Amino acid sequence: MPRTYASAVAILLALCIGACGESEPQTVVIYSGRSESLAGPILERFQAQTGIAVEVRYGNTAQLAVALSEEGIQTEADLFWAQDAGALGAVQEEGLPATLPDSLLDRVPEYFRNGSGTWVATSGRARVLAYSPERTTAETRPASIFDLAQEPYAGRVGWAPANGSFQAHVTALRTIAGDEATQNWLRTMQENGTKNYSNNRTIVQAIADGEIDLGLPNHYYLYRFLSEDPDFPVEQQFFAAGDAGNLINVAGIAMLASSTRQTAALKLIDFLLSEEAQQYFVQETYEYAVIEGIESPAGLPVANQVVPDIDLDALSDLDGTLDMLREGGLL
Amino acid sequence: MTRVLAYLRRPWSWYVLAPILLVGVGVIVPVIYLVLRAFEADANTLGDLVFRTRNLHLFVNTLLLAAGVLALGSAIAFPMAWLTTRTHTRFRRVFTLFGVLPLAIPGYIMAYVLLATTGSYGTLARLFGIEIPRIGGYAGAVLALTLATFPYLFLNLRTALLGLDPALEETARSLGSGTRRVLLRVIAPQLRPAFSAGALLVGLHVLGDFGVVSLMRFETFSYALYLQYAASYDRVYAACLALMLLALTGIALLLEARLLRGLLLHRTGSGPPRRIRRTSLGAWKGPAYLFLLGTATLSVGIPATTVAYWMFRTEPGSLADLAQALWASLSASAPAALLATALALPIAYLGVRSPSRPVRALERVAWFGYATPPLAFALALIFFSLRSIPWAYQTLGLLIVAYGLHFMAEAVGPIRSALYQAPPSMEEAARTLGRSPLRAFLEATFPLLRRGLLVGVAFVFLSAMKELPITFLLSPIGFQTLAVNVWGHTNEALFGAAAPYALTIMLISSLFVGLLLMQSGRPMRS
Repeated sequence: MPRTYASAVAILLALCIGACGESEPQTVVIYSGRSESLAGPILERFQAQTGIAVEVRYGNTAQLAVALSEEGIQTEADLFWAQDAGALGAVQEEGLPATLPDSLLDRVPEYFRNGSGTWVATSGRARVLAYSPERTTAETRPASIFDLAQEPYAGRVGWAPANGSFQAHVTALRTIAGDEATQNWLRTMQENGTKNYSNNRTIVQAIADGEIDLGLPNHYYLYRFLSEDPDFPVEQQFFAAGDAGNLINVAGIAMLASSTRQTAALKLIDFLLSEEAQQYFVQETYEYAVIEGIESPAGLPVANQVVPDIDLDALSDLDGTLDMLREGGLL
Repeated sequence: MTRVLAYLRRPWSWYVLAPILLVGVGVIVPVIYLVLRAFEADANTLGDLVFRTRNLHLFVNTLLLAAGVLALGSAIAFPMAWLTTRTHTRFRRVFTLFGVLPLAIPGYIMAYVLLATTGSYGTLARLFGIEIPRIGGYAGAVLALTLATFPYLFLNLRTALLGLDPALEETARSLGSGTRRVLLRVIAPQLRPAFSAGALLVGLHVLGDFGVVSLMRFETFSYALYLQYAASYDRVYAACLALMLLALTGIALLLEARLLRGLLLHRTGSGPPRRIRRTSLGAWKGPAYLFLLGTATLSVGIPATTVAYWMFRTEPGSLADLAQALWASLSASAPAALLATALALPIAYLGVRSPSRPVRALERVAWFGYATPPLAFALALIFFSLRSIPWAYQTLGLLIVAYGLHFMAEAVGPIRSALYQAPPSMEEAARTLGRSPLRAFLEATFPLLRRGLLVGVAFVFLSAMKELPITFLLSPIGFQTLAVNVWGHTNEALFGAAAPYALTIMLISSLFVGLLLMQSGRPMRS
């Protein structure tokens, strides 16, 4: 009910501004945790097509989320575009985002939006197993993420406990396999000499440099390395279909309730969910599209063929995961 | 306390009071903010978080890292400062510039470069077939941080060495002391304020570093602190950790104050100081050049070539974007450097010349701004400016003030070293001749501080050019500095796209510092 109400208000606003605000040059202000190299080109296209000026504060997703919480309703931002769902959740906990209209939310499968309709995914990033093709073979690579804790992989695996995507993944493991099994896995992984990295790209680099043989990064970093160096000696794959090791995380966008330029802001979200923008994410940033009918990036399998059945909202218990990681001395 | 009040009740001039007030507010505001946030914590969880054994482990790691970086940094900075000021080494200017330039390279870029150079797929292995194990952990963190911070020690020491009165050394020599004895018994003690200022900067830098330690996979206190913000978006526990970090800083500051107690280093004689006599190196010439060249290669040569290599591997980006970023960087960093130095001058002056200890303690306060983690500093400014001066929020002016307050401590050290060497007698004489305090200072002491002031400007400028969290959160919207661009691209592993921005930072910084050094290299008016 509140959502329909909000969307009705939004539509009314849209009509009003559409009717009487034509002469005003419109702008929209975004706090973007997505860096300019990824977000800039598509925002420029939006600006060119709609004439709405886009002003962007680029920064680190987590830092922008904390800053938004500190600014509260005094923020100048209309939109918050985040690299991960965790940051959107943190902003939502402060009660800052507005509920998005159904017309936008319905554009994506339920998997790609949150239950209360305060944010919607703009692209998907898969969790994968990256490996060195020289030091592993198809037979020796594990079929399940849980196998990585076994003896043959001792000291050969890297992960990034501080990374939002990794944490979302641990939450998924808890949902799928239960807290006890996950805690067990985290402990045995540590005992097995798994190395901590600060982020996904350093995992991939470390595999190339021979420091580790296998790692758990997001899927698209490898393509960045390959675009600068086609011989880059790292490959990646999913675990066996349905394994908890396969997961799609999202980058997503929320509109702030305090925004005074909601029409323009909604237009921008609408554009990011358009076929054009989604094609851009697949082709230029190698991410998964969040709307139906667009192929997977760079020859990867279609997401729902490999990903276990899980609800993204179930990934909201970040606190439980953080407690678990802290208890294990990983944070 | 009463003595402070009594002192403050004296008729102060605006040019002393205004900076002190600004600095006081600028430094206290973040601390108040952190305390406010920390009080929101749930006592039990807070207890668990603060008193867990992991913190002890992080604490020990932090101290080990600081000690390692200081030791290695001194081993580089002392000989380098001596060689470039006291010997007949050729290309002294060039080597001096190379001793400052590492400050133009963001620490995390230094770490990336070291990581990209070593290992089986590193540039060394691929281009030259030299395969050394991938650097990382404690050794990697010490190396990267030393290369990034030794200039603080080097420049502070250099400024002090240039300002020493050679008469003391000559007297010692005439009394039969050998070179080594003069170095240890006469010169070294006089370098104490310079060394401690440099060491404090290096130490605080290490305490607050996140970029390097996270890439090198060495866990320190600040690493844990950033994880609190980054992983759990948790302002409350992060604030607690930041306060613990500040407590650590407080201890370091007390130690430094002890080290400098009752120091009197200025000349007391009349007449102009004698020219410095340079030593010939003799058989040590070869090793000396090798050392200077080696340091320059490691700290500037390898990073610059690696970044250039990244650049030429990819298609060039837009020149207009680069120019825009350059302008953004300059328009914030240059005024900030001047502001910080202007603020640091009265603070340093009081710290050295004030008769009362509590007032001298004011100078210590300046360092807290530097020790506050920049992210916490930025959040504090958001918190207070939105409540008190919303019209200034996210304007260029506020950004400059934020930079200035945060980095001011970097300028205090060199100015203080210069002040220790400036004899108060001239200023006193000027006063007896009827000059006002300000005029007496400007005419008698200020000219003697030129080197210290210039180095202070250089330090702050170089730091502001690299700054990230404050820029992210407090800059005007759409304001993209070179550093923000470097970060944005490297974060996506697009090193080629980041390279032109990183190289521009280095180039502009070297031009700027080169200009300043040419100024400070001129013989001093006496």
